[in-house]
Amino acid sequence: MKYPIFTGDFGPPFFFITIRMKHFFLTASFVFAGLFTQAQNAVPSVELKTLDGKTLNITEVVKNDGNPVLISFWATWCKPCKLELNTINEVYADWQDETGVKLVAISIDDSRMSSRVKPYVNSVGWEYDVLLDANGDLKRAMNVNTIPHTFLLDGKGNVVWQHNGYTPGDEDELIELIKKVAKGESIKH
Amino acid sequence: MKISTAIAALTLVFSGLYGQEHGGQLHGNFQLDGQWYLRDEKIDPTGEFYPDERFLGQGFANFIYTDGNFSAGMRYENYQNVMLGFPAGYRGEGITYRYGRFKQNNLDITVGNFYEQFGSGMVFRSYEERGLGYDNAMDGIRILSNPIKGVNLKGVIGRQRFYFEKSPGILRGADAEINMNEYLGRLDSVGVQWTIGASYMSKYQRGNDPFLILPENVAMGGIRSHLTKGNWMLFGEFAYKANDPSADNGYIYKDGYGAIATLTYSKQGFGLLMSAKRVDNMSFRSDRNGTTIDMLVNYLSPTTQVHTYALPALYQYATQINGEEGIQIEASYKFKRKTLLGGKYGTQISANYSVVQSINKDFVDLSNDTLRTIQGYYHDPSTFGSIPYFHDFNVKLEKKISKDYKLKLSYLNLFYNRSVLQDGLGDEAMIANPENIKKLNAHVFVYESLYKIKPKHYLRNELQLLSTKDDRGSMAMALAEYSIAPHWFFAVQDIYNYGNPDSSMRFHYPLAAVIYTVGTNRLQMSYGRQQQGIFCVGGVCRVVPPSNGVSFSLTSTF
Repeated sequence: MKYPIFTGDFGPPFFFITIRMKHFFLTASFVFAGLFTQAQNAVPSVELKTLDGKTLNITEVVKNDGNPVLISFWATWCKPCKLELNTINEVYADWQDETGVKLVAISIDDSRMSSRVKPYVNSVGWEYDVLLDANGDLKRAMNVNTIPHTFLLDGKGNVVWQHNGYTPGDEDELIELIKKVAKGESIKH
Repeated sequence: MKISTAIAALTLVFSGLYGQEHGGQLHGNFQLDGQWYLRDEKIDPTGEFYPDERFLGQGFANFIYTDGNFSAGMRYENYQNVMLGFPAGYRGEGITYRYGRFKQNNLDITVGNFYEQFGSGMVFRSYEERGLGYDNAMDGIRILSNPIKGVNLKGVIGRQRFYFEKSPGILRGADAEINMNEYLGRLDSVGVQWTIGASYMSKYQRGNDPFLILPENVAMGGIRSHLTKGNWMLFGEFAYKANDPSADNGYIYKDGYGAIATLTYSKQGFGLLMSAKRVDNMSFRSDRNGTTIDMLVNYLSPTTQVHTYALPALYQYATQINGEEGIQIEASYKFKRKTLLGGKYGTQISANYSVVQSINKDFVDLSNDTLRTIQGYYHDPSTFGSIPYFHDFNVKLEKKISKDYKLKLSYLNLFYNRSVLQDGLGDEAMIANPENIKKLNAHVFVYESLYKIKPKHYLRNELQLLSTKDDRGSMAMALAEYSIAPHWFFAVQDIYNYGNPDSSMRFHYPLAAVIYTVGTNRLQMSYGRQQQGIFCVGGVCRVVPPSNGVSFSLTSTF
């Protein structure tokens, strides 16, 4: 049989690891064989901490009355993450007025850094919902490998777009997508 | 391998049965790194770091399948061979991580591999940091439960990952966290949010030593409290460890303890953090003979700032698990826009002071053999140690000058005890010969700017200067990054070690990189020279040898 996942995007680089991949292909093909039936892309149910130490489930946090939601993974030691969130913060009020979007910033700072999150967030004045994922549970469940990593959810809570990394100016692209999602238009990756 | 195949098959069955109506989801991510190494006789004259393979590559992929309350996942890893600077224990390939998990009413059960943390991790943290090669995942069973409102219980049993093997020791642990607001209604009315927790972890490892009677069961326990009221937050944790002779502590039978307290205050435009901590003989591994980053059961978070600029990051602090004490104070303030100091767009200033030193250890004289082995040293908690390990004083200023120009200025004053942090020398040797302690005192200046050239085109620059007479001497660095949103990123940098005490070692370390991003696919190519150093993530560090070559990295998420 064919292994659809290894064509296209994954094709050429995989030539570098061709040795003893038999087991992997076997297992992977098992998994893939039956599984491309789903369409929904909901956020997994994972418990996180608020800055006040309360435990909250992410599925509760991303409810936004049918409006789009952004989930942005960041950390206090990640410069591009802070640049991205500070840049968006300058226009966040406008974005909210235009699209009703809500931004949920998930800090993956470990226990060393997590007590710094609240002072940092307050001192820069973010208006976002900020949650702590100190042991990386949501990060793993959403397959975030490197940060910043941003997810866009439509009004039904489905992930419709995601992006890895931040380049200044990405926010201009992002707001265009949010506007489309807010209008209920479909966006292609 | 058999188990993972079984899980995959189970997943297939589940999806066959329920996939259609429940709509299960499959997601994953992938990363591949490789480097083609070039022989560089300047930075590596004898060729001791030059790999025989010439090309080294490693990759992994994660797959997670979720359907309602059921999830299963696995990770495949491949090292052909492991890249320079990563632990050499990663050799070969295989499925190193696989699990099944389901939730039923108030029970959440995981079998197979999992990552978990109790409190701040002082008693238990199984964690991964793939960029560092750090992975002490558990393989066993985890049960999470929320039996009554406001109470969260965790129970774990299993063994930890040790590269492609498992740790010889078995871990058994439990944690309870209680939200006191559910029981003391008055707390809400006075605006207080209070959580308390307690954790316990025990390890079992057979002891077969011709000379020592080793404790086979070793326990550690901890309590913690997290309190917030308005703008204030107070966190404290205390942990105690029973006698645990290990390679880290020189096989002594002394007990250990750790304590940390953090107070923060913050409001719009202002943040303050104060932290103090002490650690005594807190190495806890699921193999008493373990070293470096292997099979660590607990995590002792450093109370120092993480430096993200390349030059000060060469001298990053890492927790000394055999004993340290330190404090940290960090403050930041934002001058509002349209004020005298705030200017048109506002100004952010921040300052940090952190200092870490040895704890006071009164070593038993070597002539008293038995007591030396049993106790090792005495430590009086009311006293302070005398050997400085590290200090960092820094101030930063961040300002948006105009619509298209942002600026950051930093000054750092660093002290770094190289004997402790690079050579791993013990306190006793330093007390005996204080004149032999290798130190580093440095002033660091950083200028960073971000220009908007035109929409979606940005130029970021960094100029760094590390001025010191110690170690490899002074260095200067220049960096330019040009990015075209949303796809392209170009960077060139050069570090010039102009102050090396050995004038024949005053090298340039140039590096160029290109990154192409589309959606969640990211391809990075770079070419240049990497200097020898210590690379750290989250307070865990590894030594990176000097290298020269072409490297690439591909990441993807689906």
